[in-house]
Amino acid sequence: MADIEKLRKLCKLMVSANPGDHFHALDMRFTRLEEGKVLAELPYSESIVGNPETGVIHGGALTALLDTCSGFAAMSTLDDLAICPTMDLRVDYMRAAEPHKPVFASAEAYRVTRQVVFCRGVAYQDDINNPVAHCVANFIRLDPEVSAKMTQMIEPFLADIE
Amino acid sequence: MTNMIGIAEIIQQARSSSSPNLIIDAVPYARLLGMRGLYEPNGDVDELILHLPPNKSNVGNPTLPALHGGAIGGFMEMAATIHVLMSMDIAKVPRVVDFSIDYVRAGRFEDTWGSCSLVRQGKKLVNVAIQTWQKDRNAPIATARAHFLID
Repeated sequence: MADIEKLRKLCKLMVSANPGDHFHALDMRFTRLEEGKVLAELPYSESIVGNPETGVIHGGALTALLDTCSGFAAMSTLDDLAICPTMDLRVDYMRAAEPHKPVFASAEAYRVTRQVVFCRGVAYQDDINNPVAHCVANFIRLDPEVSAKMTQMIEPFLADIE
Repeated sequence: MTNMIGIAEIIQQARSSSSPNLIIDAVPYARLLGMRGLYEPNGDVDELILHLPPNKSNVGNPTLPALHGGAIGGFMEMAATIHVLMSMDIAKVPRVVDFSIDYVRAGRFEDTWGSCSLVRQGKKLVNVAIQTWQKDRNAPIATARAHFLID
């Protein structure tokens, strides 16, 4: 498994290093990282509204949240500090997210093979048992050489992260 | 909300003037992505094409640089919404039921294009197929499908 402390720093680096990027545009926050499981939060914002009449946020923002949250869960199962590209993702929307409230996401990696990490996640507001959306997402593992090289590349950048 | 003036009216106007950008301008999330829509001749018909210019706010990996997979997914889901609104006689924003995406190539930090087709339009349910490409339409970066409920 990955060094969780290093992974936490990498996660912080990824969401903060590039001001103005998509992480900043959505203001996604990662609140908990452990092996195979990640929690995240997406604050409500007028800029992600998909239906201006109801103020309900667009499914796309939830897709981004679940994709990222699942992606970090996938990364947390690997020995190397390497990103895992998303292979595919399916989101089922159970109900509209209530406006003016944050959406939380919880994702887990439930099976790791040599090539693929299988993840599932859920997005919710007040009650995880009454979810806004469910997702399944599969991630492809990079070749061992590539991922070892990526670890070497990434590590120096983590020194300055708290 | 600043856009409380009837969305139904905007949708109607967008359809009658073939101006998808009227809808995009009224939807905050579409504006956040920075997407645009246009009609381009394809054979005998004008095809609705959605365009995602390379905006920094859609970047996920600055070292490649690459678009965030979530931004690509959001673009495709929004593209499908707009396609449904432009091609069907409905007054309300359709509700997405499920969305499934296959990422088949890296999404580079460059112009991204999307087109949709209605696979099946029922009374309640619509199935939409979405394709996204960059330099070469025959080399898609992602394909997706979505179900929408209309009422």
